[in-house]
Order: sequence, then C-alpha cells, then structure tokens
Amino acid sequence: MNDDVEVKNKKLGQKLAIIAIAMFGFGYALVPLYDVLCEWKWIERDRPDAIKAIPETAYTIDVNRNINVEFMTSLNENTPMVFSSEMSQLQVHPGEYHTVSFYAENKTNKTMVARAIPSFSPALTSTYFEKVECFCFSEQTFAPHEKKTMPMRFVVNPALPPEYKTITLSYTFFDNTETAVKK
Amino acid sequence: MSAVTAEHGHDDHHDDHAHGPEKGWLRWIITTNHKDIGTLYLLFALAMFFVGGTMAMIIRAELFEPGMQFVDPKFFNSMTTMHALVMVFGAVMPAFVGLANWMIPMMIGAPDMALPRMNNMSFWMLVAGVLLLASTLFMEGGAPAGGWTLYPPLVLQTGKALPFAIFSVHLLGISSIMGAINIVATILNMRAPAMTLMRMPLFVWTWLITGFLLIAIMPVFAGAVTMLLTDKFFHTSFFDAAGGGDPVLYQHIFWFFGHPEVYVMILPTFGVASTIIPVFARKPLFGYSSMVYATASIAFLSFIVWAHHMFTVGMPISGELYFMYATMLIAIPTGVKVFNWTATMWKGAMTFETPMLFSIAFVVLFTLGGFTGLMMSVAPVDFQYHDTYFIVAHFHYTLVPASIFILMAAGYYWMPKWTGHMYNEKVGQLHFWLSAISVNILFFPQHFLGLAGMPRRIPDYAIQFADWNMISSIGGFIFGASQLLFLWIVIDTIKGGTGEKVSDEVWEDAHKHGLEWTLPSPVPYHTFSTPPTVIPCDHN
Repeated sequence: MNDDVEVKNKKLGQKLAIIAIAMFGFGYALVPLYDVLCEWKWIERDRPDAIKAIPETAYTIDVNRNINVEFMTSLNENTPMVFSSEMSQLQVHPGEYHTVSFYAENKTNKTMVARAIPSFSPALTSTYFEKVECFCFSEQTFAPHEKKTMPMRFVVNPALPPEYKTITLSYTFFDNTETAVKK
Repeated sequence: MSAVTAEHGHDDHHDDHAHGPEKGWLRWIITTNHKDIGTLYLLFALAMFFVGGTMAMIIRAELFEPGMQFVDPKFFNSMTTMHALVMVFGAVMPAFVGLANWMIPMMIGAPDMALPRMNNMSFWMLVAGVLLLASTLFMEGGAPAGGWTLYPPLVLQTGKALPFAIFSVHLLGISSIMGAINIVATILNMRAPAMTLMRMPLFVWTWLITGFLLIAIMPVFAGAVTMLLTDKFFHTSFFDAAGGGDPVLYQHIFWFFGHPEVYVMILPTFGVASTIIPVFARKPLFGYSSMVYATASIAFLSFIVWAHHMFTVGMPISGELYFMYATMLIAIPTGVKVFNWTATMWKGAMTFETPMLFSIAFVVLFTLGGFTGLMMSVAPVDFQYHDTYFIVAHFHYTLVPASIFILMAAGYYWMPKWTGHMYNEKVGQLHFWLSAISVNILFFPQHFLGLAGMPRRIPDYAIQFADWNMISSIGGFIFGASQLLFLWIVIDTIKGGTGEKVSDEVWEDAHKHGLEWTLPSPVPYHTFSTPPTVIPCDHN
C-alpha cells in the first residue's frame, strides 16, 4: 500500500469517526427533541405540567355528559408503603369540582421521602384534567410509620373532546429517600 | 510487546509484503491480514452460533410441554435475552463482517483493508465484548433477563450484571463502528482504478450502505445504554418517572437504533444472494442498478419507521398512520429485489449446488417473513400481534432462513476458494434439506401460536398452546442437530474435503461474475498487490 493511499485512508477514517461521535451526541439530543415532539403532539405523552397546580376557575357544568374517572394506585419496586384511594371510580360532569382522598403509610422505621407520579390513559386527556390541589405536586416526607390522608381536588375541563368517556388516572409512589438525601 | 519483537526479528515487518503468514499461534493474535481476520471473524461467529443455538435449545426444551420442566423462570428469561444478544452481536453481525473482510478487498482488487491495525483491534474488542456479556451469566442475580431491547424500568432490576452488560454493549458497539469505518474506507479508497462504483459487486454495495448505517446507529445505542447506566447509578432521570423522565423515551431511542440494526443484518444478506444467484443461474444479475437504488432506499426508510415497533405504546392517531404508511413503503424496494432475483433465475441454466439451494430457500422464506412484516405494519391489527409469538415467527423467518441461510450459502460458495478444497456436496445437500424442512417445522407453527394469543418471553403457557409448541420444539431440535453437519463440513473441508482438485473459478464461469474467481485456489496470503486491470462485469 503506498503512502498516498495510507494518508487518504487515515483521513477518511477520522472523518467517519467524527460522524460516529456526532451520532453519540445525537442520541442525547433526542432527549430534548422528545419533549418538543411531545409538545407538538407528534408523540403522545402526559402533559409535563400535569404535576403543577392550576388555579380554580368556574366552568359551566355540563350535566348532560358523564365522565367516568378511574383511580389506580401502585408502588414502584421496593417502595415500602401502603397506598390506596378512597374510591376506585367516580362519575363526574365536566366542569364540576371533586375532591378524592388518598391514603399512604410509611411501613419503615425510617423517615422516607416519596414522590407520586401521575399517568393518564388515554394520555391526551391529561391536558383537560385540571388539578387544583394534589399530593403529587411535590415530594412527601413521611415520619417512621406515619399515615397520611392526602386530598386531590380536580375538575375535568368541559373542552374535553366528546369521544373521551373514561379517564384512568394512575399514581405510582416512588421511594426517593436516597436521591433526596444526596441533593 | 517484547514477545512480538522477538517473534518478528525486525521492526519493518509489516511493510514487507513478500512473506507469508506469521509462524505459530501468535499469527492469529497479531495478524493484520484481511484474510486472517476474516477467518477469525467467521470462526468466532460460528462458535457463537452454536452458543446462541444451545440457548435456543434450552428455550425450546422448556417450551416442549406446558408447566415448568428444566429451568427456573428467571433463567429462562435470561436465555431469551442472551440468545438474542449473542445471535445478533456475536453471530450474525460478526459473520457478515468476516465475509466483508475476506471478500471485499478481493472483490474490488485491493491488497488489504484500508486500516489493517484497526481491523485487528475491532476483532479482539468483539471477543472481549462477548466474553464480558457471557460472564454476566455467572453473576449474582443472573444475566439480563428483560429482553434484548433492555427496556427500562424492567432492565434496571437486573442484579450485579447490569453495568457489565452495558459495558459489553459499549465494546460491541465500538467494535462494529470500527469495523464499519474500515469497510467504508476500503470501499471508497481502495478500489482498483477500473472498479467504478456502479461496477462494484452488490455484496460490496450492500456493505457500503450497511457501513454507513452502523456508523450512524451504533453510537445512538451506546448513548441509550449510557443513559440507563447513569439513571441506575448516578441519579439522572432520563427514563426514571420519579425524577420527571419517561421510560417511553428509551423505546424511541432504542428503536431509532434498532430498526436500522435489523437491516444491518439483512442488507449484506441481499448482497450475498445477489452474488450467488447469477452464478448458478448462469445469467447476469437482473436489474443491477435498481438493486443498488433499492438497497439505498431501504436504508433510508429504516431511519424513519422506528415507532412501528411501539404501536401499542400510546401514540396520536396521526403518528400511528404515519409510521404505518412509511413502513408499508419498505415493501416496494424489497419487492424490487425479490422480483430481480426471480428474474435472474428466469430461463437461466440453473444448477442446484448447495449454495444455490440455500439462496433459493432464502428468496422464498425471506419473502414469507417479509409478508408477515407487512401484516404487522398495519397498526390496528398490530395491537393483536404485538409481543406474541407472531412477531417471534416473523423476525425468525427474516433472520434464520434468510440471514443464516445466506451465511451458510456464502460458506459453501466461497469455502473452496478459501481453502482450496471442495466440500462434500452430498453432506451439504443433506444439511440443506434437513435445515430447510426443520426450520419451517420450527417457526411456522409459531404464527398460529401468536395469532391464538401466546405471549413471547414466557417459560410456561396455557394448555391450548401445547400441541404447536411441541411441534415447534421438535423442529427446533432437528434444526439444531442439523447444524452439526455444517460444523463437520467446515472441519472436513479445511482438512482436505473430498480431495477433488478445485479450479481457480471453482464454479462454472464464475470468473465472469467476480474478481475473486480470477485468483488461484486456495487464495495466496497476499493478493492484488498491484491492482487488476480487467474487471469482470456481471451486468450491463
């Protein structure tokens, strides 16, 4: 192999390696890109601000529509808690405010920091499910064996498209004690 | 390094091209010769084919009857995961890199690969990666068991093995990126002057495109598993819902890699099929340029269809429709290829030696696997097929009687050239017929199981799935055992085969189809030190 070709090969090899490194960066660039695509509704995801409070507004109650709201509670792997809701489902009219209580208990002898993350099905309904008050807005600190009753006040926005008749709202408690201490 | 210098005697050894191979076992460690490295890749891939195959036998043995027989469920899940990883990253991909190493320089009239030292490094990195992966089987908590896709949060429950599995993916990724860079540089820089791009054999074309695919996607996968690693150990929240991340994001990143990845395993397959079929049909390849464009279109489309792997994840209807139609488009260039192969055989003076038999079986059975893919591209019906044995049947049809069969065909086709010995045709034909029949007994019933609702990756199943599972397992055992014939043939051929004298072109008029057949059999250690001036052209 003559030197000319060797230099050419090395140069091309370097260029291709730069493409490979750039593609590693592209993998990470997909993370913010994903948020943008979700915003544009190209990809369906729970509204990222579903964990932020929305000020209570008075809507006209649409008594002709019934929305079945289902509540699910679950614990992430190795989260030593008891977690349940006072009811498994509730019939609501759009525009009507309701408060549902959730119960959680720390089963350990240690202080625990836990966080409840909501998830909606169908995901697009999260845009119309407005929470005025929720235990999921921030991390909850539990004293050893502490039991808590936590309210969640919400309204279904009457702008909810008519094809949606059931909204399933699932909360999962994650044990964040370790990360919370590190912060 | 002292051992190396002692062995070499003098330092300018590598630039001295007049010599033959290094003496002794050290030859295989330090070699930078494309033929040696090709052999190493191919033998390693063959070994991994049997390792992955053994795992498949464990899976089929457990599924032979309902209930738990031989292994515990955790180990079963490790087997499904490891079988996939070993077969994809240890067997099929290295086998094609091995073929590329052996054949591309000889097909384009180059003396060696463009970057010979990197070539050696990429092979040994592959070995390190696979050994690291295999070592996870013996770790506390067992090998990864959440499926080869490594979806979080499930994969984060892997025991001590998780970081090792991730590092092994890094090594395998770097190895295949280096291999791809080398192949692309060889094809672009090292062709004989008369070898223009549109005169290149299709195997070279398909590898050029595959090389670019690998350079583009392997780093993305490396990024995704690095995010898994930092999520698990450094409290980042890319995929962790508790910290505001989203596990579905992983699926998008994974399949952005994963869909082109499956074409990495099929495009070189197309290339080998397009090389073998014309020789045994004694006709030039039909529609050469359309083959090139079809390969490029398939590669392009592979980047924009990834979410068809996740139709059930919850997408807006517009997304489902887009990914559905984009996926269906792939059937067009793929159809072009299937029709071209058929047209090449049409009215050809065909003979049916083992390489041709495997190639014809490939055309038929790959088309069948393609059709089930088309069925699953229809988003509303995919909700039924998703994560059932139907998808298992689909991708095994596109991998086993397609990629693996073509790798077998390539082995039979080029082995006489590599070794200078003829393989035993009778045993080859027996290997073909046993494989072709048993592969259908193995995978065809899995379509029925899937349509009836049997989920994939489970060690036990409901009674109504018992019959087809038993038939599938019987097919699996026959298929597995038949592959030992291939192992026997490889060893026998290396040792001398039938003893028949093979000519330079081996197959009748093969020299009209490719440069490699103008070289002596067995091929000398160094070839095309000066580029050839006459290029055979297989097409108009």
